[in-house]
Amino acid sequence: MNFIDIAILALLAVTAVTIARIRDLWAAVMFTGIFSFLSASWMVVLDAPDVSFTEAAVGAGISTVLMLSTLALTGKGEKPTKRVAIVPLITVTITGCALIYGTLDMPYLGDPNDPIHLHPNPGFVERSQIDMHGLPNVVTAVLASYRGYDTLGETTVVLTAGMAVLLILRRDEWGSSQNRGGDSRKGSLGDARASGKRGAKR
Amino acid sequence: MKDFPIIRVVSKLLIPYILLFAFYVQFHGDYGPGGGFQAGVIFASALILYGLVFGLEAVQKVAPPAVIERLMAAGVLVYAGTGVLTVYLGGNFLDYDVLEHHFLTDYHVPSGQHLGIFMVECGVGITVTAVMTMIFYAFAGRQRAI
Repeated sequence: MNFIDIAILALLAVTAVTIARIRDLWAAVMFTGIFSFLSASWMVVLDAPDVSFTEAAVGAGISTVLMLSTLALTGKGEKPTKRVAIVPLITVTITGCALIYGTLDMPYLGDPNDPIHLHPNPGFVERSQIDMHGLPNVVTAVLASYRGYDTLGETTVVLTAGMAVLLILRRDEWGSSQNRGGDSRKGSLGDARASGKRGAKR
Repeated sequence: MKDFPIIRVVSKLLIPYILLFAFYVQFHGDYGPGGGFQAGVIFASALILYGLVFGLEAVQKVAPPAVIERLMAAGVLVYAGTGVLTVYLGGNFLDYDVLEHHFLTDYHVPSGQHLGIFMVECGVGITVTAVMTMIFYAFAGRQRAI
């Protein structure tokens, strides 16, 4: 563990506690963005640039925008609660202790005798070079070729999730049913202006 | 945010490079880190940035919801269609090796595996871009509860 590891992990912990404690939702959304960027840096430290990419783009970029647009629809504050909830606190503490106890069995970071380094096949990386005719990125080879079925399923999951969001949230003035008359057009114009104003206020 | 000239100019400068970077991540994913999902999200984030700065109307002129809606399904179709194509060429479903030597052998098309991965990643990228953009449209298009 060098200084950077400790600094990033400490900042992650501090940010997580802050998100849990803060009552201003707008600030909480900003802190989740910071948390995403910190975990992206942590993934870079762990030599997983693919995951880091995804975390930075999805976690810090798009989900922050989506949460901000949700806040624009709902409100910025959270209702203050006075009383301390005892039972949830105990549950969380016990679960946390169990999880930490579980990590005691895990191998150390970078240990060459990790099951992950021994189990599938030590020559797997070299084998993928031959199978893929020289494609150097093993991650892509695994995702798209060795586990092509999985990735097809994942893509279908993304499509299904998108369709579900659309079914819940969409307004029927755009998309396939655009022939609804002048009223809906005016609504969309006013809405664009309103969203612009909301952005300006921020 | 149309009233802020700095934000407007900076985002206009940045958006082409974000799009370029998305294409780089998409088509260089076989060699470096990246791939369809990351590229799709980066591409969608460029569209979303445009929408945030210039308004929902402007971005919907660039990427009309009717088109994006169809692209959502088209990406999965490209992916599954690659599988069906390999079956048609006599292999198993998503068995990219049969793509070799069937297409454009004079043009140094790398290999069946490479071609298959390329097509599949394209499908993933299209679907992810479309879904992310569509979710943004769905959120931004709603007014405050009346």
